[in-house]
Amino acid sequence: MDLQQSLWLIFPEIIIIITIIVVVLAELILPPQKRHQTGWFAATGLVAAFFVTLNLFKVDTAAEFFGRMVVHDAWSLFFKLFFEISGFLIVIFSLGSKETRGKNQGEYYALLLAVIMGLIFMTSATDLVMILLAMETVGILSYVLVGFNKASSRSGEAALKYLIYGATATGVMLFGMSYLYGLTGTTNLFDIADSIAQSETGFTLTVIMLFILVGFGFKIAMAPFHMWCPDVYEGAPTPITAFLSVGPKAAGFALLLRFFFSTLTQPALDGAFTVVGTFKWPLLIAILSAFTMTVGNLSAITQSNVKRLLAYSSIAHAGYMLMGVVVLHTAGLRAILFYLIVYLFMNIGAFMVVAAIRDGIGSEEIDDYKGIGRRMPFAPIMLALFLFALTGLPPLSGFIGKFYLFFAVIDAGIYWLVTVAIINTVISLYYYARIVKAMFFDEGSQTTPVPVTPLQIIVVSISAIPTLILGIYWAPIIDFAEQSIQMLM
Amino acid sequence: MDNILTLMIFIPLIGAAGIIFIPGRYHEYIKAVGAIAAAIPVLLAIPLYMQFDPANPELQFVERFSWIPAYNIEYYLGVDGINVAMIILTAIISFIAIIASWGINDRVKGYFALFLLLETGMMGVFCALDLVLFYFFWEVMLLPMYFLIGIWGGPNKEYAAIKFFIYTLIGSVLLLVAMLAMYFSHGHSFDMISMAQSNNFLNHAPISLFGWALPFAKTLYIMLFICFAIKIPMFPFHTWLPDAHVEAPTAISVILAGVLLKMGTYGIFRLCFPIFPEITKAFGYGIAVFGVINIVYGAFVAMAQSDLKKLVAYSSISHMGFCLLGMAAVTAEGYSGAMMQMFSHGIITSMMFLSVGVIYDRAHHRQIDGFGGLAKQMPIFATVTAWGFFAAMGLPGLSGFIAEILVLLGSFEAYRFFVFLAATSVIITAAYLLWTIQRMFLGPVNEKYKDLPEINGRELFTLVPLGIITLIFGIFPTPVLNLFHNALANLATIVAG
Repeated sequence: MDLQQSLWLIFPEIIIIITIIVVVLAELILPPQKRHQTGWFAATGLVAAFFVTLNLFKVDTAAEFFGRMVVHDAWSLFFKLFFEISGFLIVIFSLGSKETRGKNQGEYYALLLAVIMGLIFMTSATDLVMILLAMETVGILSYVLVGFNKASSRSGEAALKYLIYGATATGVMLFGMSYLYGLTGTTNLFDIADSIAQSETGFTLTVIMLFILVGFGFKIAMAPFHMWCPDVYEGAPTPITAFLSVGPKAAGFALLLRFFFSTLTQPALDGAFTVVGTFKWPLLIAILSAFTMTVGNLSAITQSNVKRLLAYSSIAHAGYMLMGVVVLHTAGLRAILFYLIVYLFMNIGAFMVVAAIRDGIGSEEIDDYKGIGRRMPFAPIMLALFLFALTGLPPLSGFIGKFYLFFAVIDAGIYWLVTVAIINTVISLYYYARIVKAMFFDEGSQTTPVPVTPLQIIVVSISAIPTLILGIYWAPIIDFAEQSIQMLM
Repeated sequence: MDNILTLMIFIPLIGAAGIIFIPGRYHEYIKAVGAIAAAIPVLLAIPLYMQFDPANPELQFVERFSWIPAYNIEYYLGVDGINVAMIILTAIISFIAIIASWGINDRVKGYFALFLLLETGMMGVFCALDLVLFYFFWEVMLLPMYFLIGIWGGPNKEYAAIKFFIYTLIGSVLLLVAMLAMYFSHGHSFDMISMAQSNNFLNHAPISLFGWALPFAKTLYIMLFICFAIKIPMFPFHTWLPDAHVEAPTAISVILAGVLLKMGTYGIFRLCFPIFPEITKAFGYGIAVFGVINIVYGAFVAMAQSDLKKLVAYSSISHMGFCLLGMAAVTAEGYSGAMMQMFSHGIITSMMFLSVGVIYDRAHHRQIDGFGGLAKQMPIFATVTAWGFFAAMGLPGLSGFIAEILVLLGSFEAYRFFVFLAATSVIITAAYLLWTIQRMFLGPVNEKYKDLPEINGRELFTLVPLGIITLIFGIFPTPVLNLFHNALANLATIVAG
């Protein structure tokens, strides 16, 4: 593939890079009080990238390019769109939130755009070096974004914890990758897959894959690599928390699925996959999935800070999504993609309302949420909507997401996992309802109305509409997910 | 009319959407819109009743559209003997409850919007014949109930609301898993009616769970049964009911006891019996045991209550036990008696809860011993309440008697001893109800209440129609029995094998 074609295939990323440059220059040029307008440049850039990505769908054939390091297939296109949409929502979110006002506005948006670019590369990488590069881009820049609130010591602590944990996890993963290179003699995923298929690699391969799983598990906050999650989510500025809960998590899933399905499975009949090699990773992931769900849900019960509670809830949701990995069937992959879409809107919506409430009353504690139902016009109702959608109640979109996951697992006959999942769903109702109860059932100590800015209303509405509609009519989205699971193998 | 079911289900929802657009301070308009949105299904129930042909074993008023073609999920509604009585009951009770809700003055808009959403859910559950659609409407009921109890309820409302929600959700997730398992075993279809006509669950491979191999059909049956047993509520899954009923506002207690409890028995009639007839027959004795426990335990605990609303709640548990006993007896009389009890108890328990609401609005407490001689001050109220209580004890001439006699008749052959116990419990029921009447209405007048206002027109409007219904169908039950007798007789034949 020649250079011109390759550049066209990464044109969305190029647009993002141009936008970064524009944002940085704008920050230098604009006077201090207008610096937040760099956010609007960022948003425009993402919209442009979105439309270019839509154009890329016309390139039908999957192909590797840039020295076989990056691939263009339906899977990577799905995630390009995903990150552009989520990035756009987060940029608007940040524009509307008081926490990200302050100095260095342009740097904030530039870093955010760079992380989005890194996420896109994470999902289209097919080479160990590229994977590492993309993960580190995302990682290091995320550490900075988490610590963005220089005035808050919690923010700095969160950044430090994220850095130390992330560096360790990435180090372990890199160690595993280096052994994988030693074992197979190549860093390209598909060549590695061929090598594994041909030779009998037992214990070494297991250890390698476990180490690599550490790195991926850290990114998606899978237990037991989830410990950083509550502290980081609590300390980061709320827009960044929202971003972390959908962006790196989705990219981590995309990468985990591409890695494991490319190297360790062979496609079989009817959309099923068979495991290659002796490492029984589906069983391991099933156990980790059950463990993750349970740890996330049980820990959330005792939380008093809403952001920490939502952090544990997002750990639990990663657990639910891991169920889709275990079934080794395209139905599972499709379920994961659909769940990511509905999860994107539910989670960003919930965090947006939390940010709006925090801007209004200055607190993220559930006790301070008492009586908010009467004081705010419509944000608490939206938060209740998002929380019940996260629980998985019809007729909201979260139920359909869970429905597809359970569908895939029951079809595969893994009843113990589905039992754990339904018990966890019921447990999750308790802590989600606790927030709703505080807002609507309890009387607060004050009655002054709490304002909501127009930007916040826009983000909440953009998140609420799919949450409501996808619960009743979701056919186009599931069709899109179905056609996106064509990974280059 | 072709779309009568869709209209009955979604007109309350349209009413709820309309209420959202009315500014919150126009209480009168909101209450009027609510009443109209609830009245239309009642009006639609009249042609439904007139045009329903009980002799026809096929489904009537069918509406069937493909909703999600990729998974064979359909928008499938239909009426047959099993659900027609329940649809009519829901319409009537919802209307009565909305009129009873006119006393709410706090956050009126939210209340009526949630109430109408609840009515949509209830109607949908009874009309739906596709499992996913059924599940949807089943879950749609949960959220409004949670808020209605938790915001407008009594002193312990948050506890009661979350207990109700979690308990019912446990049942719902069991229903979800069973539903999906049935889908895969039934050639990828969610159609309840076609599942009843095929028989491929019995020979299915066992489910392996944590090392055990569970028989497929029996496990599914138990999961479905537990889901519905929580709703009935069947002992030992009944503990949510006293809290939910006592803390809920009056109109919501009426809906809860009058309609929601019937969904449990309806679910068993619709899902468990037709699809798994052999297992039903095998488990019949167990169901009868639990039914009798409900009857006897419910009656004795009701006797011990000092709170009037809790007494009525436990009497509901006791009466639903009769439904279970009738359902355990695999006879046409037993099933008809159970369905008659579902209808009749819906009417009667609504009367009782409305009466409790009347006195609670005036005296602001529900301690039975705190009243006395109310009949002198409020004679009309005393008459109407006594009417409701007589119906509850199964006095001949009122509809409760018809239901109970049919159940006992149907179960006599198979469960003689249980019928004996149940009949004895009728005495206990009479005891606590008459004793309550005596403590509240008869005897010396309680000084505190000698100026209590009499029952007003709106409250009478909610109570008297119910009383008339229970009287008419107590003397002449044929119009109701005819609705479901044929369908249930067929069902009994299928289950009996």
